[in-house]
Amino acid sequence: MDLGADIERTISAHVYPFPYKHLISVAGLTRPDADDLLDLADGFVGLNRQKEKKLGLLRGLTQVNLFFEASTRTQSSFELAGKRLGADVVNMSPRTSSMTKGETLIDTAVTLNAMKPDLLVVRHSGSGAAALLSQKVGCSVINAGDGQHEHPTQALLDALSLRRAFGEVSGLIVAICGDVLHSRVARSNVLLLQLLGAHVRLVGPPTLMPAGADRWGVEIFHDMRKGIEGADVVMMLRLQLERMQGAFVPSVREYFRFYGLDREKLAKASPKVRVMHPGPMNRGVEIESGVADDPEISLVQDQVEMGVAVRMAILATLARRLENA
Amino acid sequence: MTGAPHPRPLALVNARLADPESGYDGPGSILVQDGLIADVLRTPSLESPSHDLEIIDCRGALLAPGLIDIRVKTGEPGAETKETLKSAGRAAAAGGVTTMVVQPDTDPVIDEPAMVDFILRRARDTGLVHVYPAGAATKGLRGEEMAEIGLMHEAGARYITDADRSILDSRVLRRVMSYAKGFGAIVSHRPADPFLTKGAAATEGEFAGRYGIPSGPAIAERIMLERDLALAELTGACLIVDQVTTKDALDALSRAKLKGLKVFATASINHLSFNELDIGDYRTFYKLNPPLRTEDDREALIEGLTDGLIDIIVSAHAPAPAEDKRLPYDEAAPGAVGLETLLPALLALHHERGLPLIDLLRAVTLAPANLLNLKAGRLAQGAPADLVLCDIAAPVVIDADTLVSKSKNSPFDGRKLQGRVLRTLVEGRTVFEAAS
Repeated sequence: MDLGADIERTISAHVYPFPYKHLISVAGLTRPDADDLLDLADGFVGLNRQKEKKLGLLRGLTQVNLFFEASTRTQSSFELAGKRLGADVVNMSPRTSSMTKGETLIDTAVTLNAMKPDLLVVRHSGSGAAALLSQKVGCSVINAGDGQHEHPTQALLDALSLRRAFGEVSGLIVAICGDVLHSRVARSNVLLLQLLGAHVRLVGPPTLMPAGADRWGVEIFHDMRKGIEGADVVMMLRLQLERMQGAFVPSVREYFRFYGLDREKLAKASPKVRVMHPGPMNRGVEIESGVADDPEISLVQDQVEMGVAVRMAILATLARRLENA
Repeated sequence: MTGAPHPRPLALVNARLADPESGYDGPGSILVQDGLIADVLRTPSLESPSHDLEIIDCRGALLAPGLIDIRVKTGEPGAETKETLKSAGRAAAAGGVTTMVVQPDTDPVIDEPAMVDFILRRARDTGLVHVYPAGAATKGLRGEEMAEIGLMHEAGARYITDADRSILDSRVLRRVMSYAKGFGAIVSHRPADPFLTKGAAATEGEFAGRYGIPSGPAIAERIMLERDLALAELTGACLIVDQVTTKDALDALSRAKLKGLKVFATASINHLSFNELDIGDYRTFYKLNPPLRTEDDREALIEGLTDGLIDIIVSAHAPAPAEDKRLPYDEAAPGAVGLETLLPALLALHHERGLPLIDLLRAVTLAPANLLNLKAGRLAQGAPADLVLCDIAAPVVIDADTLVSKSKNSPFDGRKLQGRVLRTLVEGRTVFEAAS
């Protein structure tokens, strides 16, 4: 019996007719969109745990990973996802300098477009860059992080991790902690978690909280102990090194003292609390190693695993749409 | 402007005159001779026109003083691909703007009398409309040492400004104001705390937060403005507040005006027409400097115009070619072209908001003329015959691609407005006539 072909048929039949050409942001998704993507991704998790992981859903299609910002983890996750589905995957990391950043984006887009890729995964330091690119190319664009705007696949993989850990996302209290201001992960997660029915709290010093976040339908806390009190999930965000040391917070040690996740603060959360981090972690800055590595509470490894499955689901869904077009 | 002899006398008859100086808004005719307004008649036709008179029948269209736009950027010298004095002049003529004051932040900077003279000569040789430069307040716009304010003023700089840059060092601005006052020169200053607005591409708030656009707080304007007003009080200088955009700043301005300070405020037509939500999905044509604000701020600006807190409306014409705009939002160049859309956008405030036409016109004619000591800006005997003839009811759909300006970065692209410029005259010569 050919297990691969069997799964392929099942998956193929399951693919929901996704109404969009691109995946730029969570903002445009509806609840059924999100649920179906997560269902599909869930199916891929099983596949990824088998010895034979390769499918032919994307056979003949070209996927380009265009990363203007370096990211080993996200890029390899997309690369594995594409390869497991049978796509030809090309990684591109255009060198950027502050002088030519913008030119590179449009010029690269036009050049790439001429090579007729089918799926374009893009990461860029400018908010809105993925949307801009989608206007310039004929293929499907997947936003792998645009500036401080959104990182939709990260939110989806977080949601899948939570769904598998808790059964459902609806009703969970999720505390997103740290540098919310600069975080695209936080923005996408707030939108998706709310879409799925979770209660979202934002925790961090006022200097790292976006203006107007009080109108996002979230609760805002500046005292971390209060912020994670009774929380089912504590989602830590990465704090960029250059933003410590006086710019947004006075020092690393002061930050860790008030906003770093340690056992003592975590004791305030729900007894069944799970901890998440989009990675890479600054151990001892925003999270204590003991917490991050505790398999009883940490979902960090699950997040990485779900990342590949979620990206496979996105790629398969958008590719299916290409066939229908 | 060429020194060619003036054409034969001209009569513009059967017009609706609107003159902010006399306040007259009604039927009338204008006689033009030797580039000047020879007579203003409150009758639609002439009793006994002489034979050599050229007669233009205005068919009831609005005949008003040509617009005076005191904040225009071209790319000349230094960035001629964006806009030249010539192309800006053609755009101005097409928009009914007959006088423009160009900003000193060119390359090289207009910070010495030879540069002032260069602009005046270039404009005379190539331009269709009157062009005056503003001179830099500090050398190289660096905000450190005073530029040659006296010599530039003498050479014809209409006011002194560091354009988009706020002078951070209060001591420097104080000296600029004191020194300028000694020559009767006017200082214009952009109020924006440069630290609070560093790297900002939008106004801090829910919108910018959601879209992850680097932003600065609106209060940065009031903070700097309060200091500027205090320095104007200290020095007794005449100050133009360059583009008020926030409600908070208007409150500060109101207090200064009550005190009787010599303070005049401008507002850009963009900030009177749009708010930050127009940026929508990162539309960089709405990326301006200062950035668009909230709808509350826009409402306050319109109110400020009615209250007389805002004296002058500017186009803030800032050409940027497509390659500078088609970029991720935070990397895109700020600014919008505006010379050709100023009048119809202004008329929208009349048609849609019911602001009196004569008051709106005053803000782009008489008010800047009086402030900068220009004879234009009014329909009066002896004034230069700088005129605009406009069908204020005609519907227009703005199409950026058809703009005369070299750069097409118009936030009004696709907007439906009313008001079509039929003819523009500078010193009695037709410099623009709409295709019929």
